[in-house]
Amino acid sequence: MSGNSIRDTFFEECEELLEALVEGLSQMEESTDDMEVINAVFRAVHSIKGGAGAFGLNRLVNFAHTFETVMDKVRDRELPVDEKLMSLFHRSGDKLSDLVAAERDETDLDPTAEEGVIKELEGYLGGSSQEEEFSFDAVTLDFGSEPVDLADVLPETAHRCFTIKFKPTKSLYENGHEPLLIFDALAEIGDLSVELDASALPEFDAFDPSDAVLKWTMTLNTAEPETTLHEVFEFVEGLCDLDISVDETAVPAPVQVVSPEETQDTPGTSDGTLPTGEDLERATSSPKAPAAAAAAKESRGPKPTLRVDLDRVDRLINTVGELIINQAMISQRIEELDLPTVAHLTNELEAYKLLARDIQEGVMAIRAQPVKPLFQRMSRIVREASDATNKKSKLVTVGDSTEVDKTVIERLADPLTHMIRNAVDHGLEKPEAREAAGKDPVGTIRLSAAHRSGSVFIEISDDGAGLNRPKILEKAIEKNLVAPDVELSDPEIDNLLFLPGFSTAGQVSNLSGRGVGMDVVKNAVQALGGRVSISSTQGKGTTFTIVLPLTLAVMDGFVISVADQTMVIPIASILETIRPNPKDIHLIGTDSEVVSVRGAYVPIVDVAESLNLANNSPCDGPGILLLVSTEMQGLTALRVSAIHDQRQVVIKSLESNYAAIPGVSAATILGDGKIALILDPEELIKLGHGSSMEMFGHQPRMELRHG
Amino acid sequence: MTTKVLAIDDSRTIRNLLRVSLEGAGFEFHSACDGQEGVEVFPDVDPDVVITDINMPKMDGFGVIDTLRSGPNRTTVPILVLTTESSDQLKARARQAGATGWIVKPFDDASLVSVLKRLTGHMG
Repeated sequence: MSGNSIRDTFFEECEELLEALVEGLSQMEESTDDMEVINAVFRAVHSIKGGAGAFGLNRLVNFAHTFETVMDKVRDRELPVDEKLMSLFHRSGDKLSDLVAAERDETDLDPTAEEGVIKELEGYLGGSSQEEEFSFDAVTLDFGSEPVDLADVLPETAHRCFTIKFKPTKSLYENGHEPLLIFDALAEIGDLSVELDASALPEFDAFDPSDAVLKWTMTLNTAEPETTLHEVFEFVEGLCDLDISVDETAVPAPVQVVSPEETQDTPGTSDGTLPTGEDLERATSSPKAPAAAAAAKESRGPKPTLRVDLDRVDRLINTVGELIINQAMISQRIEELDLPTVAHLTNELEAYKLLARDIQEGVMAIRAQPVKPLFQRMSRIVREASDATNKKSKLVTVGDSTEVDKTVIERLADPLTHMIRNAVDHGLEKPEAREAAGKDPVGTIRLSAAHRSGSVFIEISDDGAGLNRPKILEKAIEKNLVAPDVELSDPEIDNLLFLPGFSTAGQVSNLSGRGVGMDVVKNAVQALGGRVSISSTQGKGTTFTIVLPLTLAVMDGFVISVADQTMVIPIASILETIRPNPKDIHLIGTDSEVVSVRGAYVPIVDVAESLNLANNSPCDGPGILLLVSTEMQGLTALRVSAIHDQRQVVIKSLESNYAAIPGVSAATILGDGKIALILDPEELIKLGHGSSMEMFGHQPRMELRHG
Repeated sequence: MTTKVLAIDDSRTIRNLLRVSLEGAGFEFHSACDGQEGVEVFPDVDPDVVITDINMPKMDGFGVIDTLRSGPNRTTVPILVLTTESSDQLKARARQAGATGWIVKPFDDASLVSVLKRLTGHMG
C-alpha cells in the first residue's frame, strides 16, 4: 500500500468519524449524560487527531486536541453541558470538518479560520489545563533529585563507566519485560559486563517460579550520556529497584561476564518466571479457544465490508445494462422465428429475464447509500442559516437510512443545501413573530426520505408562515414573467417560484439570495430524472417534495409508437391509459382538444405534433391517451398512436452521445437493436399547445435548458 | 520464525500505518478493530507482541491489558500502548495496568521497530 492510499484511507475514515461526531452531538442534545455517546464523540475527535498526527497535519492536530481536551472534561464530568457548550461543540465539529476538507483538498483555509472557536474552547479549559501543554514528544524523563551531570553534555568521545544496580520486581516480569533484552540494549551502547546475584534464590522446595528473586549489577563503559541509559530503563521505571551511578575513575573490570545464552539457563530469569504450568494450561485450552473465538466472531462487531473502486462497479453496471438489452434481443429474435410453442423454452427465457433483473438490482444496490450523511450535513446548514438570519430553528430528519444511488446523493447536495437555506431564510418567521402567532419560537425544518412505489421521495418542509401568494404573483408580474391580468390557481402561483430569475425576498439576503433560484434546484432535480413540487398552507408552512427514480441506469417504460416511430415513455409518469371514445373528445377553439375523463376536461397534447413529426403520418384515429400529471398544468393527456409493450429499458444519455433534444430525456436500445428515444412528458407538454402555457409566451426557460 | 504482532486500534488509518511499517520490517501483522475483538482473537493469533490503542469502543486499551494480564490464561507477552499523550500520569497508569511499554503517536517506522526489538528481541 502506498503512502498516498493510506492518506486516502485517512480522509475516508475522517468522513466516517465526522459523521459519527455529528450523530453523537445530536444525540447529546437529547441526553447530555449518556457516557456511551460522549465517549463516541470523544473517540471520533481523538481518532482524527491521531491520524492527522501521523501525516504531520499540525493545524488539524492542534484544533482536534483542543476540542478533545474540552470533550475529555465533559467525559470526566468536570464540565456540565449546557446549551452554549452544545452550540460550541456543533461549531467545533463544523470547523473540524472544514479543516479536514482543507487538508484533503489541499486548499488554503484562512489561517485564522478556527481561531475564534479555539479561543472559546480554551475558555472552558481554564489556566490549569493550559499548562498541560500538549506535545508529541515521546520521552519525558524524570531525573529525580539527581543533578544533571555536566559530563552528559560532553563530546561523545568521553567514555565513562556507569554502575547499574538492577533488581526487578515481580510486576516487571508480569508486564512482559525480559531483563535479557535490557542487557542487550545496554550492550548496544557500550561495553557491558553483567554480574548476577542469585543469593536470594530459595531452596528448590520453596521456589516460587512467579517470584522475582534475582538482581544484577552491571558496569557499562559508554560514550553515551546518562539520559540514554535512562531511556533503556524507561519502560521498567517503577517496576524495579534501579540505581545508576557514574564513576569517572574506575577501570571497568568485569567480575563475571554472563552471556545471554548462559543467563537463559539460570532459573529465575524471565523464562524461569513463566511457569510451565501456565504454558500447559494454555496448550490444553487452545483447541477450544479458536472455536469460541470463531463463534464470537459471527455475532460481533460491524459487518465485514469490502472496499471497491467505483469505476469497477460502474463498469459492472454498464455490462449488466448490456445484458438486459441482450436478453430483450434474444427474446425478440426467438419470437420472430415463429417456432412452434415450446413451453420450456418460454419458461427458461422468463427465468433468464428474472435473473437478469435480479443481477441488475443487486448491482444497483452496491451503488445505493443511505441518505444519512447528506442529511447530517444539512444540520450544519440549518445552524448557519439560523445564525445568519437571527432565527431559531432545529432540523428533524426522518428516514435517513433510506438508500439512494450514490450519484443522486452527490448531485442532490447542492439543491438540498439551497432549499434548506431557503426554508430557514424565507420559510421560517423571526422568533418574535412566531411567538406572536402562538408558535414555538424555535422553528422546525423537517427533512425526510422514503421509498414509495419505485421512487425516492425527499421532502423538505418548514413550519413557517407558508407562501405569500399575493406577493409572489406581484413579483412575477413585476418581473414580467406573467401577464398582469392573468388569473392563476394557487398551485400555479406556487410554481412561479420555479421560474428562472425569481426571487421572493424583498431584499436579497446574503444567505439564500445568491443569484440562483428555485429554477436551478428544479433543473438539477430534473437532470436526475426527478421532479420537484411544492405545497403550502397559510400559517402552517411550506413543503417541497422531490421525487427521484431509484436508479439512473434503467427504468420501466411503455414502448409506444408516435407517427411511425418507436419511442419509450417512463411508466412512472403515467397515471392512466385511455382508449378514448370519439364522443368524449371535444374541440376547443381552432386546434385545442380536450377529453372528458369522468366528468373533468383534460387538455390533450399530441406527441407527434409536439415533436414536429405530425406531417409524416397524420394520426388518423383517436389513438391512445396517456394521462400524466405535471406541475405546470395539472392533468394532461398525451396522445400517441399505440402502446406495444411494457419493459425495462437501459437509459443511454442522449446529451453525451448525440445532443439534447427538447421533449426527449434520453435514448435506449430495444430488443430488435434499434434505438428508441425516451420521452420527457413534462417537456413535451411545454412544447405542445398546453392551454395555460401561453402566459409564459416569452419563456426563457427552454433556451436556458439547452442553450 | 517471523515475529507476530497483534495491533488493536479502532482507526483504520493507524492500523494501515502499522501494517505498512511492520510488514515492511518483516513482522507478521495481525489486527483487530476494537479491544473486544483484540482480546477474542488473541488466542488464535498467539502474537509475540501486542500493540494496543487506548481509546476504543467496546473495550479500551486498559481493558485489553487487564484481560490479557489476568485470569488463568494470563500472558506475559509484551503489550505496547499506542497513545497520543506522553504524560507521566498516563505512563504510570499503563505500567500499573500491566503494559510493557508505549509508543507515542505519531510514530516513525524506525522508532517503532526499535521499540519492538527492545521488547521482543526480534527485528521482525
